[in-house]
Amino acid sequence: MTDKLITANNLGDGLVVFLTRDGGWTTDIAQARVIGPSEIDAALVYAKAQHDARIVIEPYEIETTVEDGVPVPVRLRERIRAAGPTVAYGEAELLERAAASKHPG
Amino acid sequence: MYRYDEFDHEFVTARVAQFRDQVERRVSGDITEDQFKPLRLMNGVYLQLHAYMLRIAVPYGTLNGRQVRMLAHIARKYDRGYGHFTTRQNIQFNWPKLSDIPDILAELATVEMHAIQTSGNCIRNVTADHFAGAAADEVADPRPYAEILRQWSSLHPEFLFLPRKFKVAVTGAERDRAAIQLHDIGLHLKRNERGELGFAVYVGGGQGRTPMVAKKIRDFLPEEDLLSYSEAILRVYNLNGRRDNKYKARIKILVHETGLEEIARQVEEEWERIRAGALKLPLDEVERIRAYFAAPDALKPLQPSAALATARAADPEFDAWVKRNTHPHRVPGHVSVTISLKAIGGTPGDATADQMEAVADLAERYAFDEVRVSHEQNLILPHVAEGDLAAIYASLVANDLAAANAGFITDIIACPGLDYCALANARSIPVAQRISQRFGDIERQREIGDLKIKISGCINACGHHHVGHIGILGVEKKGEEFYQISLGGSGDENAAIGEIIGRGFSTEEIVDAIETLVDTYIAQRESPEETFLAAYQRLGQAPFKEALYGTA
Repeated sequence: MTDKLITANNLGDGLVVFLTRDGGWTTDIAQARVIGPSEIDAALVYAKAQHDARIVIEPYEIETTVEDGVPVPVRLRERIRAAGPTVAYGEAELLERAAASKHPG
Repeated sequence: MYRYDEFDHEFVTARVAQFRDQVERRVSGDITEDQFKPLRLMNGVYLQLHAYMLRIAVPYGTLNGRQVRMLAHIARKYDRGYGHFTTRQNIQFNWPKLSDIPDILAELATVEMHAIQTSGNCIRNVTADHFAGAAADEVADPRPYAEILRQWSSLHPEFLFLPRKFKVAVTGAERDRAAIQLHDIGLHLKRNERGELGFAVYVGGGQGRTPMVAKKIRDFLPEEDLLSYSEAILRVYNLNGRRDNKYKARIKILVHETGLEEIARQVEEEWERIRAGALKLPLDEVERIRAYFAAPDALKPLQPSAALATARAADPEFDAWVKRNTHPHRVPGHVSVTISLKAIGGTPGDATADQMEAVADLAERYAFDEVRVSHEQNLILPHVAEGDLAAIYASLVANDLAAANAGFITDIIACPGLDYCALANARSIPVAQRISQRFGDIERQREIGDLKIKISGCINACGHHHVGHIGILGVEKKGEEFYQISLGGSGDENAAIGEIIGRGFSTEEIVDAIETLVDTYIAQRESPEETFLAAYQRLGQAPFKEALYGTA
């Protein structure tokens, strides 16, 4: 059976968060609680209560592996969700393009 | 452009107060997420892959400098310094906090903007030709009618809970730059043989998982009947459109399943009942709205600019930009300028706050304070004197907005894809960026000529892949991203849905596959004047299939 994480979005700022060991929520996946098969149901009940308590929105479980002690979600969608867009945006994108045009290739 | 009257101000302000209350009740626990979700969607607030997303309406893609500055301000104060212009001529912010959104909407209201009906199963923002009121080939400006439709459809109590969303587009020229045949209702403003204004009405077009080109339901609808006829179509749809299956709920399915003839009969029957009633457009009211869109007084014919000729001769890059990124204007000595949001290797449709302010500066200084958003995710300065082009270009160069690629292979439409969107199956932006880099050499783009690539990260087709000359659809296969190619699509007056060419390509393969298609076209075209689309229509799939997959 695969390990799981529980993820949701913060109600207030909408950011992606993961359930931590102490029952809080973190935007840093490295701090997420890796949940074994025997604990996942109870964790989901807790997460649902956190939704009802207006801390987070729509929590759900995702499959994960653990690499060098850090959870890495199995699905690409969840990896992107955890890490943010795979492309630079805003001013950072302009800087990246400017650097690329100075050092082509 | 249109200015809010007291009714507009009142309802937008009331709506902001209402949404502020709804957000407070959500945060305090008086309403649940399930109760709140349809309310936030009706105000343009989505929960996307990473955060909330706010979609702001830009009615028929028209903005003034002050509004563009407000968008820049919102990008800076409430978001991450940039915004994303969409294929429905709107703008989206990707990172707003829910608690800030009522303030954002209040700030927008001060410049006569809002996010009402940018989501949900209602009549969405009405779109129009981005060269409206400026194009040399236009019969009449479609925006007064788009505005009349906006007023009719905003908070229309009968049509706020349709079976599914409903999109209307209007064009005033034979050359369709608004993709009207891919809309639920497409309106082509034209004159009849007596010189009277009216509309060819198309119904039941759309993309998504079941793409369909709209069918013409009426060849000439008199101007004064615009609203009664639209209302009749909406009523037939609202009553008979399917509510049992979200994927079959759009009017295109109703038209397809019922047949055009029967739909037309039902619409005409309802229309006859209501056409003489309250919705008959009073012509003085049309004139009143039209006056808002009248060309600026100072927009007068000018002699050809000697300075422009000198500047073009001195700077080949400027010359190339003028050739590609300007469009003929109906007033001599003027053009419409396309400001490309498709920098080589950039994110299609994105603009930073600084770039937005640079555009606002240019609009105020040189372009009668008007900016348009095109459905191809570029910005337009509709009225520019040719003598000002050099100064505008210099500013665009300084702001990384001077790509001379309008309509070229690097002028790609792409949806946000899996980098931002909760519905996506695959990324779109990185594919667009890699194609743009591969074909970045401007000489090569010129050699290829007109070629529209459109990329969607899922079957909902926000990236319009069905109507790309080359369409790319991202799918997920066994956990990996794959890209399916279709050829021969078109969103213009000869609208067509592209045909899938064969099995999909991996992320690694897709850019090479596009290059193979382009090389095949170059090798087989009859002359440089034969575009990719024309060559495909002449040759069919065979040579392209052969080049991609070997002998079948």
